[in-house]
Order: sequence, then structure tokens, then C-alpha cells
Amino acid sequence: MPHIKPILAALKRHKAGTILIALQIALTLAIVCNALFIIQQRVTRLSRPTGMDESNLVAIQNRWVGVTDAAAAGVLTRADVLALRQMPGVQDAVQVNAFPLRGGGWSTGVRVDVDGKKPIAHTTQYFMDEHALATMGVKLIAGRNFRADEVVTTDPDKIQTSPQAIVSKALADKLYPDGSALGKPIYLGDDRTPSTVIGVVERLQVPWGAAWTDDFAENSVILPVQLTGNFSTYLIRAKPGQQAELVKAAPAMLTKLNRLRVITGDRGVRTFEVVREQAYKSDRGLAILMGVICLILLAITAAGIVGLTSFWVGQRRKQIGVRRALGATKHDILSYFLTENLMIGIAGVVIGALMAVGLNLWMVTQFEMARLSMAYVAAGVIALLLLGQAAVLAPAMRAAKVPPVEATRSV
Amino acid sequence: MFSYYLDLAVRSLKRSPGLTALMVLAIGFGVAASMTTWSVFRAVSGDPIPWKSSKLFVPQIDVWGPQGRSSDGEPPNAMAYPDAMVLMRDHRAKLQSAMYQISPSVVPAQAGRHPLNVSGHAVYSEFFPMLDVPFLYGSGWNASDDTQRTAVVVISSKLNQKLFAGANSVGKTLNIESKDYRVVGVLDNWNPQPRYYDVVNSGGFSATGEDVFLPFERAIEVGMSNDGNTNCNAVPAESGFVGLQHSNCVWIAYMAQLDDAAAVTAYRNYLDGYAHAQQQAGRFGWAVNNRLRDLPAFLDNQHVVPSDTKVSLLVAIGLLLVCLVNTVGLLLAKFLRRSGEIGVRRALGAPRSAIYAQFLTEAGIIGAAGGVLGLLLTGVGVACVGWVLPKSIATLARLDLPLLALTLLVAVVATLLAGLYPTSRAARVQPAWQLKSN
Repeated sequence: MPHIKPILAALKRHKAGTILIALQIALTLAIVCNALFIIQQRVTRLSRPTGMDESNLVAIQNRWVGVTDAAAAGVLTRADVLALRQMPGVQDAVQVNAFPLRGGGWSTGVRVDVDGKKPIAHTTQYFMDEHALATMGVKLIAGRNFRADEVVTTDPDKIQTSPQAIVSKALADKLYPDGSALGKPIYLGDDRTPSTVIGVVERLQVPWGAAWTDDFAENSVILPVQLTGNFSTYLIRAKPGQQAELVKAAPAMLTKLNRLRVITGDRGVRTFEVVREQAYKSDRGLAILMGVICLILLAITAAGIVGLTSFWVGQRRKQIGVRRALGATKHDILSYFLTENLMIGIAGVVIGALMAVGLNLWMVTQFEMARLSMAYVAAGVIALLLLGQAAVLAPAMRAAKVPPVEATRSV
Repeated sequence: MFSYYLDLAVRSLKRSPGLTALMVLAIGFGVAASMTTWSVFRAVSGDPIPWKSSKLFVPQIDVWGPQGRSSDGEPPNAMAYPDAMVLMRDHRAKLQSAMYQISPSVVPAQAGRHPLNVSGHAVYSEFFPMLDVPFLYGSGWNASDDTQRTAVVVISSKLNQKLFAGANSVGKTLNIESKDYRVVGVLDNWNPQPRYYDVVNSGGFSATGEDVFLPFERAIEVGMSNDGNTNCNAVPAESGFVGLQHSNCVWIAYMAQLDDAAAVTAYRNYLDGYAHAQQQAGRFGWAVNNRLRDLPAFLDNQHVVPSDTKVSLLVAIGLLLVCLVNTVGLLLAKFLRRSGEIGVRRALGAPRSAIYAQFLTEAGIIGAAGGVLGLLLTGVGVACVGWVLPKSIATLARLDLPLLALTLLVAVVATLLAGLYPTSRAARVQPAWQLKSN
């Protein structure tokens, strides 16, 4: 370990350069920490499982044309579902009001006490029949599925309280923390009559992927209801390997069944892969953007260190020669420059860590962002110190190669 | 003299190509990142109707009371049907319109063509003059069509292209939800972003424009259901679309044009008076809590600019800042390495200002080169935003002349600023010192 004092003395003669490198390291650290933190949060969000077996799902959104009577539309919708279930390549199909990540659905408060004023939790409501679990591939972990005779077909405006409900485990645990939800009553919205929990599924996400749903992302209730009306949405589970075929065949079959319909637009026919991509597009986009900016930042900072250190080495060739002539080894010279860089780096990361926390605190107030975890600051500090050492290595090795005879030459 | 400095600068930059390339790259990437994110920010935060936005107001009435307010005490951002109808009937603003989002089906007249799903709004006749909506053919309908619930429609140029091959279709008939409507107007290309007349439903941005506009009361009469958000604090007492109309659920957007401060005050008093009357009637059991924001304030209040866009811009500006600090350091090294040369020039009689001119020219050249690189990278960046942003926003980011000019300007000015300190250090070089040590 070389002595620190001569390094400090030398740095005093290069105040501006030293301050600039330290400042650059500090700013880079502050930005990189926050950017990495944003990346981690977005990646965590977009890799959440929906609870469904997503690989073989296809979603179709249909709209009836010229059917003014909701009940008549309901009959047509039912015919669609039955026809879909008969199709070759289809394992199962279900009519839904919404499905995970669809972007648009129903949500309401839920209580466990009929007189409870404030809802205990917020939940989404899925209206599906007894084919729901098999189609979505959701795992039932307690209780039973709906029976066909429990399913009620109704106009969306005339929904009655369902006597039965299947809830997600997350919601069950929230409502009955002791794990006894099965067989217990829940009250949805301002219902006065209860729905009884007849089954619990392992996991089922809400129809939205955005940040505002983070505190009820897995609170779902499935009710044995089939809604009638002008719009109908189908979730189809293809047999393995049949999905690509079905994307074309299913809408063609439906159009053949009845022409007076519209299956178009952004949400017309989508594989679940597309659903997921659309739901998380902006999250993924921000993560990619932050990643690119981080890479550019680190590259520029490293290149800046290389450039400035090279200049210093060039400037000090004579002094290096003198030191070598007086007995300093190559290793001494190398470690001199490494230590010098480490000292500047430490000053930079100390300031940078403070700036990182400050920037995060400010962003928390401005953009509803979470608090930065200190692990990120620590990781950033280590990464930048290592980056500095790696960047300085090449110029430092060049310095170490300066021959002692340099001392005798004039510039 | 300038050409001499240019020559000197080019020679100097050629002497250390690595360092020069590094500075140009840093400026180029920094500027490009900032400009790409700026192009998106500019697109989403722009005033959609700059000549008139300060005269357009969005009234909000607290129909739910304290229980239904969000945590910041704001009343609902849309209106319940009964209130919107009273406001329309009282007609206290110069121009006003209640509106709601519809998504009817259209059956083309040609046999064998599939029905279309279109989106649009049910509005009052004053919607068109209030928002200066441009027409290609015909015009909006008039006030008597509002009250008589005439079956008329204004369609987009896109729908006109699709159904009538772009010809003047005014007077032609269109089958909407199995009923015939007479086309009275065809819009010129009109798809304002953000969709300021109804940000509550569009979230601000929408890649596809709206295709049909129908008279509000006509749409209500034929029971054309609301395709936008419906928010309720209680389940409506009656079922169906009529039940929704009688309920306190909020689903109607409202906009009014108020031309001066006196009109704004009068309208505010009118709204408060209305809320008081509702209080007296026993419908509102709470203190008056209305809002009347002008359009820019309302867009701000509704957070129309996605916070992701702001974060991206901030981080990109941070990158530019680091690139500039980097450039300051490298220029400093580069300039001071030439202390000997500076010493000779000074000794031969060059004033400090000449040193300034010489080195700032050099910095300017780096800035210009960085700017050109930045232009290319900004082009690439803007072309790539579609990968990382939702379509509705990505399509708004454009590469235009002001953006190109700004890119170059930012690059040159930023580099000149970065060059100021190194240049001042170079100008302070003592000639005697340099001559002696050599």
C-alpha cells in the first residue's frame, strides 16, 4: 500500500480534474442507483404470475350487431360458447366479463360483516361459469368448483347476489386471516345478503397490471354468473400446440356461426402472450430505457476516467521516471495510480450516495415512487469503485512501463 | 481570424482522435437521450388547443359528499346525468356541452360488407364551435336538432373514406345501431392529443381518432349505452340505462367556454348556487365543494402527462449533465496539455481574448460534431419509441424541424458552456512559466 500523503499532495495540484472525476462518479452513482431501482420494480411487476396456465390461452372479444335485446344477445353468446367447446383443438372455453391483464373489468369493496361500514379489502369480480377453472388452468386449493345448476344468466343491470363464490387465496387470507375462509360469508359492494365461499384458488390476478392495483393485485372473486348484453368476451384454452391454429380458426368459426358481429380492433383476438405484452408495455419500456441510459452512463464515466488519467500519466512521465530511478518498482507506480483513483472514487461515491438518496426522496414526493432500498446504493457504490479501478488500469499500466531513463530526458 | 482558429482546432482535434471521438460520442449520446425523451414529453404535455385553452373550463360538482371524495378532497372528475342536464338547460356559459362516450356499430350500405365497430361521443351542437372542430364537408347540427333529437351524425374523414370513398357524404344516410342517421358533417383530420374534451375516459391519449358524433339527447333517447367509465358510490336504485340516468353515478364529461374573468366568476357563483339549492332540497348533505378549472389546470389535475414520461426525461437530462461534466474534464486535460503552445502565443502578443476565441472555437466544433451525431441518434431514438411505449403515446413522438434545430442548439450551447472553465484556465496560463520550463 503506497503512502496516501504524496497522493493527496499531487491531487491538490490537480484540483479541477479531481473534482470533475469525483463529481462525475457522484452523478453517475445517483442516477444509476435510481434507474436500477426503477428497473427492478418494473421487472418485478411485469413478471408477476397471473395464476393461470398462460401458454395455451386465446382471448376473443365479440360484439353483436343489431341485437337490441340483451336476453337475445345472451342466447347468441351461449351458442358461441358451446360451439367453441366443440371445436377441434379446444380444450375448454368460457365466457367472461374480464380476465387477468385484460385491461378493463369490475372491482368493488368487500366486507365480512353485514353491518361493516368500511370494506376490508378491494377485489375484482369475475363472472364465469363452471368451466372457469379448467379453462384458465387455475389451481383449486380448497373447497369445490361451481356446479352447472348454480350458474345464473342475467342482464348486467339486474345482477343478484350470488349464493356461491370462489375467491383467490390472497383475498381469503385478507378477509379471514386465520385461514378459515371456506364456508364463510362475504359481502360484495353494498350487498345485504352474503355470498358463501365454496372454493379457494391458489392465485388469480386482477384485470389490470398498472401500479394503482398493486395493493389488490391478487384479490379476485369468481361468481357463477353469465352476463348477457351486446359485448361478449371468450377465454379459450387450446390443446397443446393448437394455439396458433386456433387464433385463425376460432374467429372464422364464430363468423360462420353468425355474421352479425364484430371481432376486430386491438382487443379482437389475442393470444395471452399479446395480452401480457400490451398490459405491461409501458413498464417494460421504462425498464429498457433506464437500462440503456445506465449502460451509456457507465461507459461514458469509465471512458472519462481513462481519458483524464491518461492525461495525468502523460503529464507526469518525468516524475514517474524520477521515482523509478530512485528505486520504485513498476508495482509501486501501478498501485499509486490505482490508489489515487480509489481515493477520488471514494469521495465521489460518498457524495453520490447522498445524492442518490436525495434524488429518490424527491422523486417519492413527485412521482409516487417507492423508497430506494439501501442495497441498491451499496451495490452501486461497489460497482462504481470497481468500474473506476478497471478504467484506470490501462493508463496505470502504461505509467508503470515508463522507464527510469525518462528522468534524465527533458520533455 | 475565425477561419484560422477553425484550422487550429481541426489540427488539434486530429492530433488526439481518441479523446475527440470520446467527447463527440458523449455529447451525441447525452443530447440524443435528452431529445428523444423530450420529443415524447413535448408530445404528451403540449396544449391541445393553445389558442383557446384558457377559455375552456371543466366544472366539477361534489355529488357524493365527503365519503366519495379522494384523499385530497377532490370531487368526482365526471358528472352525474341529472346535474349535467340542469347545467345544459340553464345554459349559463357562452358555449357548453355535456358528452359521453359511445361505441355503436355501423352497418355499411353495401351488401356483403361486415359491420364495423366505431367509437365516438354523444355531444350537444355547441361542442363543434366551442372546440373549433374543423370540417371537411358540411358542419355540425344546430340547437333545434339537439332538442328535437334529430337523427343526424357528424363522421370522421377516416370513416367517410371507408364508407363513402372520401366523397362529400353530407345528406347521405348511415345505419347506426340499426337506425338511419343523416350525415350533416364530415370532420377534417381531427384527433387532438390529449383528447382534452374527455380525458377521464381516454386517459388522455388514443392512437385512433373518433369516428362518430351524435346529438346527446338523441343517443339517450335510443338508449345508446355509455362506453366510457361509470363510477358509482351506490348501486343505482333502478336497473338499466334509465336507472343510470336517475342515479348519482358519474359518467358524463362537461365543458364550458367562458371568455373573461367576469364570466368565470359568474359561472362559479352559478355552480355554487346550484349546489346550495341541492343542499336545501336535501340532496347534498355537505358543504359546497365545486371546482371550475380551466383546461390546462384540469389536465394537470388529472395527471394527463404520465409520470413515466417525466421520469424518463429527468434521467435523460441527468445523463446529459454527466456527459457535460465528462467533457469539461476532457477539455481541461486537452487544453492544459497545450500550455506550452499557449505560452508562446501569449508571449508573442496574443491577448487573453484571442486564447478564449481559439479554444471556444475548438469546443464549438466538438459541440457541432456531437450535435450532428446527436441528430442521427435522436432519429434512431424517435423511430424506436414504438418498442418501448404504448402505441397511443409512441405515435405522437415526431421528428420535426424545431426538434432538429433544438438538438443542434443544445449540443453546441452545452459544449460551449462546458468549454468555458477549461478555456478560462487556458487563458490564465503564465507565458513566462511555460517558456522557462521548456
